[in-house]
Amino acid sequence: MKLLKIKDLRVKLEDEDKQILKGVDLEIGAGEVHAIMGPNGSGKSTLSYVLAGRGGYEVTGGTAHMDGLDLLDVAPEDRAAAGLFLAFQYPVEIPGVGNMTFLRTAVNAQRKARRQDEMSAAEFLKVVRARAKELKIDADMLKRPVNVGFSGGEKKRNEILQMAMLEPKMCILDETDSGLDVDAMKLVSEGVNALRNGKRSFLVITHYQRLLDHIKPDVVHIMADGRIIKSGGPELALNVEQNGYADLLAEVA
Amino acid sequence: MSAPNPRTVATEALLDTLKMPEGGCIEVARRAALARLRAMGLPQRRDEYWKFTKPDTLLTAEVPPAAPFDNEEGLLFDEFDRLKIVFVDGVFDPQASDDLSLEGVSFDRLEDICCTDIHWAKDIYGVLETRGQTPVPRPFAALNTAFATDGIAIHVTGRPSKPISLIYIHGSRASDAILHHVIRVESGAEVTILENGPAAARLNECMEIDIADGGTLHHVRAQGRDPERRAVTAMFTRLGKQSVFKSFTVTVNGALTRNESVIELIGDDGVAHVAGACVGDAGGNRDFHHDDTVFVTHDALNCESRQVFKKVLRNGATGVFQGKILVKAGAQKTDGYQISQALLLDDDSQFLAKPELEIYADDVICSHGSTTGAIDETALFYLRSRGVPQKEATNLLTLSFLAEAVDEIEDKALAEDIRSRLENWLSRRG
Ligand SMILES: Nc1ncnc2c1ncn2[C@@H]1O[C@H](COP(=O)(O)OP(=O)(O)O)[C@@H](O)[C@H]1O
Ligand SMILES: [Mg+2]
Repeated sequence: MKLLKIKDLRVKLEDEDKQILKGVDLEIGAGEVHAIMGPNGSGKSTLSYVLAGRGGYEVTGGTAHMDGLDLLDVAPEDRAAAGLFLAFQYPVEIPGVGNMTFLRTAVNAQRKARRQDEMSAAEFLKVVRARAKELKIDADMLKRPVNVGFSGGEKKRNEILQMAMLEPKMCILDETDSGLDVDAMKLVSEGVNALRNGKRSFLVITHYQRLLDHIKPDVVHIMADGRIIKSGGPELALNVEQNGYADLLAEVA
Repeated sequence: MSAPNPRTVATEALLDTLKMPEGGCIEVARRAALARLRAMGLPQRRDEYWKFTKPDTLLTAEVPPAAPFDNEEGLLFDEFDRLKIVFVDGVFDPQASDDLSLEGVSFDRLEDICCTDIHWAKDIYGVLETRGQTPVPRPFAALNTAFATDGIAIHVTGRPSKPISLIYIHGSRASDAILHHVIRVESGAEVTILENGPAAARLNECMEIDIADGGTLHHVRAQGRDPERRAVTAMFTRLGKQSVFKSFTVTVNGALTRNESVIELIGDDGVAHVAGACVGDAGGNRDFHHDDTVFVTHDALNCESRQVFKKVLRNGATGVFQGKILVKAGAQKTDGYQISQALLLDDDSQFLAKPELEIYADDVICSHGSTTGAIDETALFYLRSRGVPQKEATNLLTLSFLAEAVDEIEDKALAEDIRSRLENWLSRRG
């Protein structure tokens, strides 16, 4: 059973005559970890944004389903409540909204959408503290406004904390490793691995093989110019690491 | 014969309809105020500080009618232990008010001051207002001093155990209230003054506050939810050495509001903060026009002033901010801050700002900023991508926008009461 099914997805910018995704096909089974690598500007972030429902893009063709839900047909919050999560390449700062308030609002909004009871303040606090501790997120970071004044690494850990709290089915991580030092990368990978449970699926977008040493992918895709040009096993990532994209690009040209 | 000056004609026409209360030690001040008003005349649209706000409906002999609002939500501050002083359509209501006795404070009605020849309020009534007339004339305040029909004089000599709460009930559709309060905070004394309610169909309120060395006054005001009411208010505050004045106003609805705050720091090390959060919707048949006009004068060493004003506007609502920091020569080490921001929830609303700095001392830090913007789409998407529905996410961002102003209230319980009212306002609408 495939959890995520993307078929011939074509996307252009809403305000500009610029096609970015030119027919993306991708299927991810429940419990699988897929990685997407590819040169800058190939459309990796665009794919993740379109799946999450960001405005500014126009889908000109194709489909995207998660667990039978037509993702492109519903609002971003409904996609989230259905179990989709995007860890942003550039996490957003929200002055004036406390990190803790943000987390609790998100968790309870999703529970409400799924007709579950809200988490009590005490229970929430307990869970958040435990998860935060694993990610070395201190009490101060929980109190501060969302991502405001956070270092690059802190922002990325904060994304993983949100993911851990929201317990999604399908996690998309957009360059979660960029800007992280070795220790931070280990922390983040451990956080991700802790969430692997045989059912939850991951789409890991990265430039570097080294993240894939920590988060072992089942399938690696190479994206270039708005298409997935090659898919294979983990060895594909090693190949890219050693030889760059030039050969692969030449192969399809 | 030259044509009569239109300003003079308008002023005299309105004065013909008003009657000055007589007697007591403030009668002299009333007569002087009338002379001041005649000299400056009532405001007109072309006046420098009335360019953004039409004074017309504040000047008519007949009050534009305003239906009292059925407030199912209950009045603000209901949960708080406080001394209640109630005015209905601008008239003191002894039955509805608490017994006016509280340790560390004494109270007199304006009416009572009118009957005595000697009263402490004589040194303040009309005096601070007069000082506040230069360099910018404030005709409604002069009119108020001359014609005020009720009000309270509050003399704070200690630290009363609870806030003094002025409650303004709006009863009749055509009420026209002129209230004038005088407050003196003695050296080392401290008090919290609360004001809430729409007061009348049309309110002209003036408050003169004199804070002696080391005195502290906290002021928290809510102007009621009546969509049709009009108000022009002026607060004149003079601060002595090491004294503290913190004033916050929340405005929800109201066809027209003009709040002026004129602050003079005349003793070293004084602290004056004035803040406002307003949310307005001019949808349906409603008007919403809210104007904050602030003038802070630094005339002593090492004083701090802050102006923090936030406005949320929708459906063609208009917000105005005119704020000035004047630092006189010799007012070294002044720390002045001013921010005015508007969040426009649609393209029809507008925010007009006139921030001004005038500085004659060289060793000062003064900053000011003014912004107008819409909801941050990136932040909105981030919240929605976490499962927060669009409306809830918008409200969360709107409240966070207002937070900097609401946070100016020192009493956290009062701040929370106001924050929750603002949240209710947001969730009541689309
Ligand atoms: N909102 C946008 N406005 C303008 N150009 C965009 C926008 N989003 C993406 N692009 C362009 O689309 C292409 C793909 O970008 P992106 O998806 O960020 O690639 P990647 O994540 O693979 O580096 C780039 O050429 C980028 O400049
Ligand atoms: Mg990218």
